[in-house]
Amino acid sequence: MSDNLTLPAQQGPADVTPAEPLLEVQGLTMHFPIYGGFPIKRKVGAVQAVDGVDLTVGVGESVGLVGESGCGKSTTGRLITRLLEPSAGKITYAGRDITHASRREMAPVRSEIQMIFQDPYSSLNPRQTVGTIIKSPMEVNGIEPEGGREKRVRELLELVGLNPEHYNRFPHEFSGGQRQRIGVARALALNPKLIVADEPVSALDVSIQAQVVNLLKKVQEELGIAFLFIAHDLAVVRHFSQRVAVMYLGKVVEVGDRDAIYNRPRHPYTHALLSAVPEVEMDDDAEPRERIRLSGDVPSPIHPPSGCRFRTRCWKAQDKCATEEPPLLQISGNRAGHLTACHFPEEPTTEARDEDVILDPALQALEGSADQG
Amino acid sequence: MTTLTKTEDAPAPTGPESFLSVRDLKVQFSTEDGIVKAVDGLSFDVERGKTLGIVGESGSGKSVTNLTILGLHSPRSTTVEGEIVLDGKELVTASERELERLRGNKMAMIFQDPLTALSPFYTVGRQLSEPYMKHTGASKKEARDRAVQMLEKVGIPQPKMRFDDYPHQFSGGMRQRAMIAMALMCDPDLLIADEPTTALDVTVQAQILDLLKDLQQEFGSAIIFITHDLGVISTMADDLLVMYAGRAIERGSVREVMREPRHPYTWGLLSSMPRLDSDVDEALTPIPGSPPSLLNPPTGCPFHPRCAFRDEVPGTLCTDTRPSLGDGRAAACHLTAEQKQTIFIDKIQPRLR
Repeated sequence: MSDNLTLPAQQGPADVTPAEPLLEVQGLTMHFPIYGGFPIKRKVGAVQAVDGVDLTVGVGESVGLVGESGCGKSTTGRLITRLLEPSAGKITYAGRDITHASRREMAPVRSEIQMIFQDPYSSLNPRQTVGTIIKSPMEVNGIEPEGGREKRVRELLELVGLNPEHYNRFPHEFSGGQRQRIGVARALALNPKLIVADEPVSALDVSIQAQVVNLLKKVQEELGIAFLFIAHDLAVVRHFSQRVAVMYLGKVVEVGDRDAIYNRPRHPYTHALLSAVPEVEMDDDAEPRERIRLSGDVPSPIHPPSGCRFRTRCWKAQDKCATEEPPLLQISGNRAGHLTACHFPEEPTTEARDEDVILDPALQALEGSADQG
Repeated sequence: MTTLTKTEDAPAPTGPESFLSVRDLKVQFSTEDGIVKAVDGLSFDVERGKTLGIVGESGSGKSVTNLTILGLHSPRSTTVEGEIVLDGKELVTASERELERLRGNKMAMIFQDPLTALSPFYTVGRQLSEPYMKHTGASKKEARDRAVQMLEKVGIPQPKMRFDDYPHQFSGGMRQRAMIAMALMCDPDLLIADEPTTALDVTVQAQILDLLKDLQQEFGSAIIFITHDLGVISTMADDLLVMYAGRAIERGSVREVMREPRHPYTWGLLSSMPRLDSDVDEALTPIPGSPPSLLNPPTGCPFHPRCAFRDEVPGTLCTDTRPSLGDGRAAACHLTAEQKQTIFIDKIQPRLR
């Protein structure tokens, strides 16, 4: 698009593509079959939850995965932790192919990849004490830490900001934020190298969210654990992640470092997402942001649109978008490591445009009549 | 805002503009564990055509307040004190019949989760037209026309065909649009929106919020907008009420409360929230502790166990005496105005930049 955008390429942070990838995902695909028919049930279709996702997480790096519900971000997390068997693609963890690894082959890797779940109420067994919950990963993996498992649990409780005396309490005695801390302690029990955090703060109250985000950030920085941080809250992801991947309907549409995604986005969907975030205006002289209002909802992943999947809600879509799927590339004007899958990318700025992009028919009608009258 | 006044002694004469006024509302539930003081002495006014935002965490009493306005609480286990006056009519003492006539007609509600708020057994069209027929005595045909017109207004494609669909055939955003259409069927004067976009995705949320704003301009309804999201409220509301543990702790116009908050809880909320332009290297400043239990709320100021500025107040004022919320732009806190000013400028504002 514009040639003058190549200038700041050299100033980009050096850690855009880390030297040592811990986790590499190539063409990861998950199609959940749909069965139907009578009397013999047969496969009649597939929910294309994840369709060809490429992603890299470096050692000690925090990667954010954002997108709306149903875009496949949680499924991606579950595939990486191998809670689901991928339909296609390749997952490489620390140089080892674990895509279809058997239970026995996975055993040594399992302790290094841990997960933090969204709902702190349903992810803790109500019949077990906190001590038992945090201890169980060590028991399963037959790990006997120095000084005994109980000592280690008490250390972990202290690390996540809980009282070690609470060892024998049950989850119902804790508040939501404290339960999420228990979940974090359990994930840390085996000294993991990678934690997949699936919406770890979205079930919590605003004032508690910050406590858990700070805890995760502390854990990430002090223990050098790599994170795949899955969330729909763009501000939280920005705060936590060095690199961010934006997903739409099973595909990564844009990936780049924090600055690239939040200040210099190219994909129209990233623009739309950012402009939709409701923000508290603290300054009068804050730069006005662009206003983009898409129409309708995300299409069904059973019959995703051909070509570019965003084209049905995109204001720049042309014939080419329907026939040709845009590859995830470093398009001209992007810095190293900033990849965008779009035929007609936007200008790399989030500043207000001359004219708002309003695709919603109801808004168009209401605002159009207001302008005239 | 001048309309946001708390009457101290004379509650009866409400201003000609204040369309809804709530005075010293107290809602208590009796449960097995004791009495829950869900709302404890709340007063506010809403003008016609204006939006009042109510922010608070879960359990702060924001939803209970509005269910009480609509009379949707269970009368057997609930005690309601104080008064709610809607356009000159007292609602706390009103009979069920009277409330029935008002609900869906003069006042309407948009619920958080449209899937549970819409009945799965009836078509969307029927759920829209039935209350209209009941309240206005319109014929089936008229109600259908009105419903189709409303569905079109809120942006449902092919409203004539969609009229006969069931809620499960709608997507999440469309269901919420249908809810809005349903609430607007009888052209209500008061619309209560309880977390209307919390269950939706960001891009859809932005569409729905703008739609509500535009529709308000057209219909001129007063809106009470309840949410926990400060970002959403700052784009939607004119005036703002911050609630904590069943009480209003700060009140003012959105601009005033967001730019110059005066209560330590509001400071905490604003500085614990990451923004798209905040400094990522700086750790967030969370509010320590967790919200209090309403079975046994703290004495004095309900926020004192979590407050970082308790030491600035002399003696045991914070633990003994409940601070009152003054008139107009006010915050219920024992800190003096100068103290608040200096603390805000020295300690809070730098975090928000």
